[in-house]
Amino acid sequence: MFGRRVRRHRSGRYSLRIDDQERLLLEHLIPQLRELLMATGPSGAVPDAARRLFPVAYVDEENLEAEYQSLMRDDLLRHRLEQLELLEETLSRDQVTEEQLDAWIGSVNDLRLVLGTRLDVSEEDPPVLDPTDPNSAPYAVYLYLGDLLGELVAARMD
Amino acid sequence: MGWDVVSAPGRGDNGGVPIPSTSTPVHEPTTDETVETDTPWVVIVWNDPINLMSYVVMVLQKLFGHSREKATKLMLDVHEKGRAVVSAGSREKAELDVFRLHEHGLWATMQKDDQ
Repeated sequence: MFGRRVRRHRSGRYSLRIDDQERLLLEHLIPQLRELLMATGPSGAVPDAARRLFPVAYVDEENLEAEYQSLMRDDLLRHRLEQLELLEETLSRDQVTEEQLDAWIGSVNDLRLVLGTRLDVSEEDPPVLDPTDPNSAPYAVYLYLGDLLGELVAARMD
Repeated sequence: MGWDVVSAPGRGDNGGVPIPSTSTPVHEPTTDETVETDTPWVVIVWNDPINLMSYVVMVLQKLFGHSREKATKLMLDVHEKGRAVVSAGSREKAELDVFRLHEHGLWATMQKDDQ
């Protein structure tokens, strides 16, 4: 009962004891992240909420930065869409491979980066949730995703 | 569920995170593309309030093959000092490392090691 919910097995596969409610929440979030990713073109503007998913590489080299973005943005976008697709495909499974677990980890982290950016979280933020605050629901989701990610990462590092 | 990650209002200030240029990049051939100096480049990971410490350790182990101890020390450097150099080398190597860090959602930049 108190065992870990995400565990590595001798076979190299990972078991996921994740509640249906949690899977439903992820199912709800996946298309939203996909939509945000798709709004990010190969060059040009990155939606504000996605800026942590497409960061700057060169701080003070404008030409090199433009080149980096034009060469790498597509690959970065494709990577994020592929791992999101893998999460979606394996969302109802109780066992996943290491590659699939990595996709869970990557996409849950992407969701946290978007939500954390939206909510402008800081290290000092106390997790006090006022239910009348319109941000309380996304903040609760943000905290939940942090717990889930911690469990996935702990199993991956076993 | 009455909220939406995509359309939810943001909260302004980005905490100092550099924002990618939003202008359409016109690719101008840079004169130094073929004549690189020998100055090595360094890859820097910056502290951020979102990524979990355990996640950062996992990524540093996975990408650079560090031991758990070494990766944890680097993560703590980032956390406590605000940044840490995680790799160094040619521009190509640094750019690849930055890209792999970006794939994993870490806030990484690169610069010439002359500062």
